Amino acid sequence: MRYMLLIYTEETQQAEAPGASPGGTSSDAPEISPAWMEYTDWLLKKDMHSTGEQLASSTAATTVRVRDGNRLVTDGPFTETKEVLGGYYIIECENLDDALEAAARCPGALYGSIEVRPIIGMAMPQAASSARAAG
Amino acid sequence: MTETEPAPRRAAAGMADANAAIERAYREAYGSVLATLIRFLGGDFDAAEEALADAFAAALETWPRDGIPVTPAAWLTTTARNRALDKVRRDRRQAEKLVLLERELAATEVAPMQLGTEGGFEDDRLRLIFTCCHPALPLDARVALTLRTLGGLTTPEIARAFLVPEATLAQRLVRAKRKIRQAGIPYRVPRAEELPERLDSVLATLYLVFNEGYLASYGEAAVRHELCSEAIRLAAIVADLLPDRPETHGLLALLLLQDSRRDARVAADGSIALLEEQDRTRWDRAEIDRGLAALELGFAAAAVRSHVSVGRYLLQASIAAEHARTLDGRPTDWRAIATLYEALARIDPSPVIELNRAVAIAQADGPAAGLRLLDDLAASGQLAGYHLLPAARADLLRRLGRFPEAAAEYERALALSDNDAERRFLRRRLAETRR
Repeated sequence: MRYMLLIYTEETQQAEAPGASPGGTSSDAPEISPAWMEYTDWLLKKDMHSTGEQLASSTAATTVRVRDGNRLVTDGPFTETKEVLGGYYIIECENLDDALEAAARCPGALYGSIEVRPIIGMAMPQAASSARAAG
Repeated sequence: MTETEPAPRRAAAGMADANAAIERAYREAYGSVLATLIRFLGGDFDAAEEALADAFAAALETWPRDGIPVTPAAWLTTTARNRALDKVRRDRRQAEKLVLLERELAATEVAPMQLGTEGGFEDDRLRLIFTCCHPALPLDARVALTLRTLGGLTTPEIARAFLVPEATLAQRLVRAKRKIRQAGIPYRVPRAEELPERLDSVLATLYLVFNEGYLASYGEAAVRHELCSEAIRLAAIVADLLPDRPETHGLLALLLLQDSRRDARVAADGSIALLEEQDRTRWDRAEIDRGLAALELGFAAAAVRSHVSVGRYLLQASIAAEHARTLDGRPTDWRAIATLYEALARIDPSPVIELNRAVAIAQADGPAAGLRLLDDLAASGQLAGYHLLPAARADLLRRLGRFPEAAAEYERALALSDNDAERRFLRRRLAETRR
């Protein structure tokens, strides 16, 4: 199955958190700390890594809605919560337990939260993946 | 009738015999047969439940006519599996699934007799327990799913036990199964490194089922007791399947020892009888013996590991065991109980455990010593709104002869409690302090 790991962190905390990234940098240049590089390496070694990106700070976010044909553009992220989406990985693995292990190893899990969401449209029919998982 | 049922092994049985056998098979084998079917069907809970219902319907039809199979569980498994296959074959859209299933079946094909051997069923039951109690499922869904699949309780029965509308409970089950499917919760026993966390979740779920039955202030007594016995049955299975994990025995011991007091804990007028007031001859001696034996197994398993493996259930069971042992006529060892609460507080610091420790200290060192601890607890404000704190203070004040203060505390406890049996008890005590 494919899963998206959505990395939610408090942007204020990220500056203080050791090796904090993705998401927290105020500069435009991405700053990838060793912890994140190590993590990406681990995913690659486990053959789980599909893709992943760091997002710019939520101060750079703009939200768009279309209502009754009118475009509504507002500043900032969609929700007003303390933790904002700072980046993501897309991983491929057998089942939720493997995905949860990958999420727990993510550096962002130490100071933020990782939401694990299955991606719809699997590489193979569900019966195949679940039969394999059950075997 | 299709020819998919295995051949009967005995001459025709009477209708009554057959029905009794079917009921017994449902009670004893529903969970394990379902667990095996879910694996055969690649983790599809709904298809497995449907196939098993078909198999029971077939049993109702054929057992009275053809005889009761030697191993009903194996017969049900084979029949249900064949029904499920028939259904998949009919459904052309699932052609792909069929190829996989047949491949799977070819790999796992076993004689019906072998299906009944304990090994296969036990592994499947563990898979089902760990899947139903996966921490990715909300706690109420874990409880409902465990009772529905492993316990074989019907949706209306579970709804009655938890006092929720049947539709709500049905929705909860549908959502849980959907989450298992969509999120890719695997149908397997967790790996060794995952086991501690996952086992915690299983034990917590079973304890919740038990407490719902034991402590609930609502519902029919019979239904509530079914929850208790189901929790005990499942805890015994888990302890049996994972005997090297001390806490599995700890939970089983705790449930048995608590349940042994069930008949004695309600007084004649329907109020809760405190431990010290209970008629101990009404404690269930057989359950106590089973509980103490489980406790011993737990400590033996813990001794093989390290001292840290003595967890909360073994400690709580040890406390219950201290009370149970008074049946042999020896006085309660309150000093030992206070020490056990201290150990419990180290694992799981909580003001409720502090409260219980204070009560034990009051018994060991006198009400004044206990009251000092309770006063500290009250001052901390951690248990504000919890009726048992004023109730405990009231009891110690009463024993110190400080009746007006005791009465005020009973009043406070009454205002906070919503359990009828408890309120009757508090009112009785309040009346005594005013005498």
